[in-house]
Amino acid sequence: MDFKLTEEQLEIKSAVREFCLKEFTPELAMECDREEKFPWDLHRKAAQLGFVGIHFPEEYGGGGYGVLENVLVVEEMCRVDSTLGTAIMLGDFACDLILRHGTEEQKEKWLPRVARGEAVSAGAFTEPARGSDITKMDTTAVKEGDEWVINGTKTLISNATIASFFITLCQTNPEAEPTYRGQSLIIVERETPGVDVTKIGGKLGIRSSPTGEVSFSDVRVPEENLLGELNRGFYHSLYFFDESRIEIAAQAVGIAQGALDRALKYAKEREAFGRKIAEFQAISHKLADMATKVEAARLLTYKAAWVVDHGELDPMLASMAKTYAGRIAVEVADEAIQIFGGYGYIGEYEVERFYRDAKITEIYEGTREIQKNTIARYLVRR
Amino acid sequence: MDFELTEEQLEIKRAVREFCLKEFTDEVMRRYAESEEFPWDLYRKAAQLGFIGIHMPEEYGGQGYGYLENVLVTEEMVRANPELGITLVFGDFGTELILMFGTEEQKRRYIPRITRGEGLSAAAFTEPSGGSDISKRLETVAVKEGDEWVINGSKMFITNANISDFIIVLCQTDLEVEPPYRGQSLFIVDRGTPGVDVDKLTGKLGLKPSQTCSVSFSDVRVPEENLLGELNRGFYHTLQYLNESRLEIAAQGVGLAQGALDMALKYAKERTLFGEPLYRLQAVSHKLADMAIKVEAARLLTYKAAWLADQGETDPMISSMAKVYAARAGFEVVEEAAQIFGGYFFFEDYPIERFYRIAKVIEVYEGTKEVQKDTIARFLLKRPT
Repeated sequence: MDFKLTEEQLEIKSAVREFCLKEFTPELAMECDREEKFPWDLHRKAAQLGFVGIHFPEEYGGGGYGVLENVLVVEEMCRVDSTLGTAIMLGDFACDLILRHGTEEQKEKWLPRVARGEAVSAGAFTEPARGSDITKMDTTAVKEGDEWVINGTKTLISNATIASFFITLCQTNPEAEPTYRGQSLIIVERETPGVDVTKIGGKLGIRSSPTGEVSFSDVRVPEENLLGELNRGFYHSLYFFDESRIEIAAQAVGIAQGALDRALKYAKEREAFGRKIAEFQAISHKLADMATKVEAARLLTYKAAWVVDHGELDPMLASMAKTYAGRIAVEVADEAIQIFGGYGYIGEYEVERFYRDAKITEIYEGTREIQKNTIARYLVRR
Repeated sequence: MDFELTEEQLEIKRAVREFCLKEFTDEVMRRYAESEEFPWDLYRKAAQLGFIGIHMPEEYGGQGYGYLENVLVTEEMVRANPELGITLVFGDFGTELILMFGTEEQKRRYIPRITRGEGLSAAAFTEPSGGSDISKRLETVAVKEGDEWVINGSKMFITNANISDFIIVLCQTDLEVEPPYRGQSLFIVDRGTPGVDVDKLTGKLGLKPSQTCSVSFSDVRVPEENLLGELNRGFYHTLQYLNESRLEIAAQGVGLAQGALDMALKYAKERTLFGEPLYRLQAVSHKLADMAIKVEAARLLTYKAAWLADQGETDPMISSMAKVYAARAGFEVVEEAAQIFGGYFFFEDYPIERFYRIAKVIEVYEGTKEVQKDTIARFLLKRPT
């Protein structure tokens, strides 16, 4: 075993941290949160420094690193600022599907643009009627000549209003039993006629990352836009979720660490009843609990990432990391507000934003309940 | 990073598991639980296989492995049977103090009998009135007279004291110094030294084969060479020791939790309810998922703490995190396992009952969870923000 990061990994961490401390100002974060604005400038700068798609191969504009390094980037970004960090982290959402299943042409067309910060990607799985259940899709793609004709609606899609393309899960064989054996992934460019995007505003948290509904009316895309194998889209998606939820775990670890950092700093400065509040056992034990949870979540997340980089993805471990890190992010942010008292409730003190941003990690990319189904499935098989 | 155990470490784990599954039978278990006797035969066998003091250097009869390997042994033993497992791994309790601070002579004299399974060790810090606080002026006092130390006082909740080769005793040696913990020293008191009176405490909730005692010292005379470590540095030696020994306690928590999860999983697959296996009920399967997450997180914290110790970089904060988290995980996982067993858990024929009775003590001994949190917070607040 070896529980230390390499020199190179530590350097990546500190480079990201340095960048974020300089660029992620609280004023900007509050503005993007308030106005639901995507931080395009930051996104481009982060991409220029190689922090977007750091795990893409160099030939496609990435850093050629692994999942663990991507986890480190995400963690540090979300630690410095949960709102801006999340928005940038999601900039390359679903590109892993192209990395894994794409043709050479698809990779060359999309990945470098995303890695350079010129384009943002989106994955469109969730449908209004089905939520976490993607075993059957109402969005259909029918082959006509050498084109696919897509009809249907996707909702709660990250980056919907800013993405250059949507990787869309469609029912391609309506007769298949079980239904998930008849699904395929298709890349739909944003400018294609028939694609209509509506912003979904008023979110509790991650307000700097745009969310929307995407509808498809007789959208025609060339057959070479099929991503991966025909009728294997469900399986491709599941594998993708298993892997991408490690990134969500990293987001949660970062948010938790960021809330802890702020609570620690405050507890050392703030006085009550004639002493620093950190000297009260009720506060110091809270901090100890928070730090223990962050450490445990980080270890689960690093392990889940390391396992992918050294052989094979372990879906159970990835789900464990995501479930645990998501839960403790909410708990740690909650306790951070408690330590701040009334000030914790005020935007200026940031922890309320971390609290609002934390909750999504227990919901998207498979709710906590879906994760537990996955864990239990693998557990009883052993 | 590297999250895998080496082949050799996996081999150790397997060997311990094999030994436990063969030796820790229900019949053996019941015999020792009823008699509340120390299982000497099992202890000797475990020692012959190298499982006692596996982290002691070979020159003192150990296997020359590290803390991580000792954690693996502990985890597997407790997983198989917490009553017997904890009893056996406590056989060398306190011996690390000699390893860490002893003279060459003390090491040669005391350690090999332990690693060979011929003797047990004991360490006495806690006092009847003191509990977790050993920083106070200890009631147990050692006064120098000529070339001897004369010890008077009493100690409480001392494991193995009635049958051990020796007891390592933390005493107040400077009565004037402030703060008082700067005037404490460790002494090795040999078995049979006149004036040592040991009472076995019975009626424990669990852990019955493990011996727990109160010890009193009346004008106990030990030669000056029985001083262990530096004079008046006993408190610091003890803290340093506890930072490492609590790795083993964390491993107990991991083993306990894993053992309870093993049983709950097996039961949930076999037991039928409402026409299907228990595990198909989501309320049960999600419980199992939660339990498995806790076991994995506890294990990672514990392995990390042990790995750091093996690198010579013991991190007291991580050690305390491992102990506090693993002990809590042990307690919670056992509790949920009992829930899955339903009414059967309450009967001693089902081993989950034994796990349940032991779960709490891991959060209490070797520094309560509150003391651990004090430690974590102290190191946390020291860091620059």
